[in-house]
Amino acid sequence: MKKPFAITLDPGSSLANKTGSWRSERPVYVDRLPPCNAQCPAGEDIQGWLYHAESGGYEAAWRHLVRDNPFPAVMGRVCYHSCEGACNRGKLDVAVGINSVERFLGDEAIRRGWRFDPPAADTGRHVLVVGAGPSGLSAAYHLRRRGHRVTVREAGPKAGGMMRFGIPQYRLPRDVLDAEVQRLVEFGVTLQLGAKVGHIAGAMAAGGFDAAFLAVGAHIARRAFIPAKDSARILDAVKVLHSMEEGERPMLGRRVVVYGGGNTAIDVARTARRLGATEAVIVYRRTRERMPAHDFEVEEALQEGVQVKWLSTILQADASGTLTIEKMVLDDKGNPQPTGEYETLASDSLVLALGQDVDLGLLEGVPGLVISDGVVEVDTATMMTGHAGLFAGGDMVPAERNVTVAVGHGKRAARHIDAWLRGKAAEAGEKHEPATFERLNPWYYSDAPQTVRPQLALARRTSSFDEVQGGLTEENALFEARRCLSCGNCFECHNCYGVCPDNANVKLGPGKRFSINYDYCKGCGVCVAECPCGAIRMEPEAN
Amino acid sequence: MNAPVKFYQTGTFTVGNRLLAPGRRTVQASAERSNSINSGHRACQGCGEALGARYAVDAAMRATAGKLIAANATGCLEVFSTPYPETSWQLPWIHSLFGNAAAVGTGIAAALKVKARKGGDPAVRVIAQGGDGGTTDIGFGCLSGMFERNDDVLYICYDNEAYMNTGVQRSSATPAGARTNTTMAVGAEPGAPQGQGKNLPLIAMAHGIPYVATATVADLHDLEAKVLRAMSIRGARYLHVLVPCPLGWGAASHDTIRLARLARETGLFPEFEAEHGEVTAVTKIRHRVPVEEYLRPQKRFAHLFGSPGHPEMVAAMQAHADRNIRRFGLLAEES
Repeated sequence: MKKPFAITLDPGSSLANKTGSWRSERPVYVDRLPPCNAQCPAGEDIQGWLYHAESGGYEAAWRHLVRDNPFPAVMGRVCYHSCEGACNRGKLDVAVGINSVERFLGDEAIRRGWRFDPPAADTGRHVLVVGAGPSGLSAAYHLRRRGHRVTVREAGPKAGGMMRFGIPQYRLPRDVLDAEVQRLVEFGVTLQLGAKVGHIAGAMAAGGFDAAFLAVGAHIARRAFIPAKDSARILDAVKVLHSMEEGERPMLGRRVVVYGGGNTAIDVARTARRLGATEAVIVYRRTRERMPAHDFEVEEALQEGVQVKWLSTILQADASGTLTIEKMVLDDKGNPQPTGEYETLASDSLVLALGQDVDLGLLEGVPGLVISDGVVEVDTATMMTGHAGLFAGGDMVPAERNVTVAVGHGKRAARHIDAWLRGKAAEAGEKHEPATFERLNPWYYSDAPQTVRPQLALARRTSSFDEVQGGLTEENALFEARRCLSCGNCFECHNCYGVCPDNANVKLGPGKRFSINYDYCKGCGVCVAECPCGAIRMEPEAN
Repeated sequence: MNAPVKFYQTGTFTVGNRLLAPGRRTVQASAERSNSINSGHRACQGCGEALGARYAVDAAMRATAGKLIAANATGCLEVFSTPYPETSWQLPWIHSLFGNAAAVGTGIAAALKVKARKGGDPAVRVIAQGGDGGTTDIGFGCLSGMFERNDDVLYICYDNEAYMNTGVQRSSATPAGARTNTTMAVGAEPGAPQGQGKNLPLIAMAHGIPYVATATVADLHDLEAKVLRAMSIRGARYLHVLVPCPLGWGAASHDTIRLARLARETGLFPEFEAEHGEVTAVTKIRHRVPVEEYLRPQKRFAHLFGSPGHPEMVAAMQAHADRNIRRFGLLAEES
C-alpha cells in the first residue's frame, strides 16, 4: 500500500480498543416497581397508563388501565387513592393527581364510547359469580377476558352492589356506574338481576358451573344495644342509603344523629343534610385522628355543616328522641373509657352506622369452609375458600372494605379460577425491586404543583345530590399526567444515551428504549447517576 | 387539543424528551449524531472532557453539515483520542504543539479562505480546541492574537482546572485552595494560592470579539445552543466549557455531571453569553446551593473540611460565588 510521506503504519480506528475490559461494574437496564403500583389494591399499572396519557394517547392509556380494572370512571370518583399517598412526587412537591387522571380517562371512554378489546377464545368453561358488586363484576370481567363464560347472579334489582346502594349519588352519579356496567354486559358477561342464590352447591349443580366466585358483600347492619322507648326512631345506615336508591326516600326529620365513625357514618350525615336536615350530628366515641373515615371526607362533611361530637357514646334514647350521651376519654392504648359525665342531645332520628355483617345463608352445609368473625376465610394468594373450586372476595372475606380492594379481589380470584380450571397453578408474575425515592435523580423533573379539581359550590352541595367533585379538562389532565416521574421505568428521556463519555449506550428507536455496548462501556456509572427515574442498576462484574 | 400544554415532564433538562417537538430536541438525542469522538478512546472512566468534546464538536458538525476541521492542542483530549496509529476522531483533525492550537486554527482558516477564492467550498469551517493548560497558560499568546485579528475560528476550551494529562499540576485555571501535585495541601494556606485568578472568558470579552460563551457538561441544551449560535457567526469566537475530571478532582466517576451542575448552581461557574464585549444572556440558577455541597465530594478540597479544616477558605469560596451571582445576575427574579 502506498502511504503518504513519512507515514509507516496504516491509520486505525480507536474502535479496535475494547475499553469494556476496564470495567469492574456494569450498568444494567431494569424495571423497578413504582410505589403507586405497589400500593394499588386493584393491581393497576398506574405508571404504565400514565406513560400513554403523557403523550396524549388517552385511548391507549385507557386500554392499558382496563387490563387491570374495568371501572376507571367509578374508580376516579370513589377510590381512596392510597397510590397518591405513596407517590414519590409527594417528596418533591405534591403527589401526582392519579385519581383525577383516572377519572378523566374513564369519562373520556364513556364520552367516546370506547369498548373493551374482544375476549380470548372460548374455553368452554362456565363460571358462576354470585353478587354484582365491584368484586363480582371485576371477577366476571377478568374471567370473560380469559375466554370463560360467566353468569353473574344478583339478588337485588340492579347491578353495582355497594357502588349503588352504599355510595351516595353526590360521590358517584348513577349514569357513570350504569355506563361502566353496561360496557361489561356488552363484553359478554351474563347478568341475572333479582336472582338470589339460596344455596351455592345446589345452584352450581343445577347450572352446570365449573367454578364459582362468591361476592355477596356485607349488607346486614350491625346493631348496638341502646335502651330506647318504642316510639324512638332508630334506623340503620345500610337501609337509609339503600332506600335512597329504591322505594321511598327515608324520613329522617330535621335533627338527625348518626352513630359511628366510618365512611358510612359520613355518607349518612351528608345525605341527611341534602334531604333537608338542619342538624346532622355524628356521635363518635374516639377522636378525629382515630376515626376510620377518610379525613378528606370528614373535611367535606364539616364544610357542608355536618357536626361531630367526638369522644361520645349514646347510652339511651327516650320517646321524644332525646339521647343521653356520655363523654369519654382515651386511655393509654387509645381506647375510649367512660367518664361519668353526661349530656343530652335532641333528635328526630338516630341512624346507626356501626359496621356491617355478611349474610352467609347460601353457604350452609358446604364442606371445607372456614368461617371466622362472620367472614369467610380464603387463601389470600388465590382467594380460594376451603372448598375446592369455590372462591370468594369483597366484603365477605377478611380485608379492608372498599371498592378498590373488592375490584382487586375479583381480579386475583379470576386469575386463580382460570388456573384452577386449567388444572395448573397460576404463573407468578415477575417481581421487581421497589423504585424508592432514593433511586431517582429528581433534579431533571420540571417544577409543577398539582392541579386542583373544581368543587361544586357549597350551597348546592347541601341542597342537591349533584356530584361534589368535578373532573379535569383535557389540558389539566395532560398536565397532571406529565407530572408523573415514571419511577423505575424508562420513559426515554435519552439521558443515558447522551451522558456516556464512551458512546456505549445505544439508542434502539422510539418505544424500544436503549441498550449498552459492553465492548466499550468502562463502567463509570454516569448513566446510572443521571437516570432521572432509576431505571438503570450497577452490578458487579463476575470476575 | 385545546390550548397547547406548556409543561413537558422533564422539559429541556434531560438530553431528550419524547414529548418535545423534534426541532427542540438535542443533537445528542439523535441516533444520527456524528459521534465525533468514537468509542475506544482511552479517557478515564467518567471523563468530563471526552463528553464535553463530543457534545460541542457534534453540535458544530450538525451546524456545518459535517464540513468541519479541528485543530487540537496537546493535552488529555489529544492523548487519549489518538494513540498512534489509532484515532477516535470522525472529522479532519490536526495536532501540532501544546501552545499553538489557536495559531494552527488561524492558519487553516487562512488556507480555506484562499482555497475558496480558487473555487473551493466556502462552507468549510474551523474549530480549535484545548484544555485549560493549553488555553489559559501555554497557548494564551496565540489565542489572544487570534482574537485580536478576529480570525474565523471557534476556539473551545475544555476546562478541567489543572494539567491532568501530566499528572495533575496547577494551571492558571485551578481554583484557589485546590490540591494539585504542585500545590499540596500543606501549610497555613494549603492548596492552590489565592491569587487574582485568570478569567479567560472575561479576557476574551475584553478583546471585543463577536461571541464569547461559557457552558458546562451538565446542561446539554444550553451548551448546544451556544455552539450553534457560535457557528452562525463569522470571526473569532470563544467557548469555555467546564468539564469535571474524576481523577484530578478526586471525585467518583459517576459524579461528573452532578459536579458540573453544582458548579453552576452554587454560582462558582457562571454560565453566560457575550457579544462584542457585552453580556447578552445568563443562565439562571435553578436551585441555589451553598458551595460546600460542590466542594465536599471532591478530594482536592478535602483539607478544607474536618477538624480543624479551613472554614475561612470555604467562606472565601462562598464569597466568590456570591460575587458571581451579583455580578452576572444569576438568580431568577423573585416573583
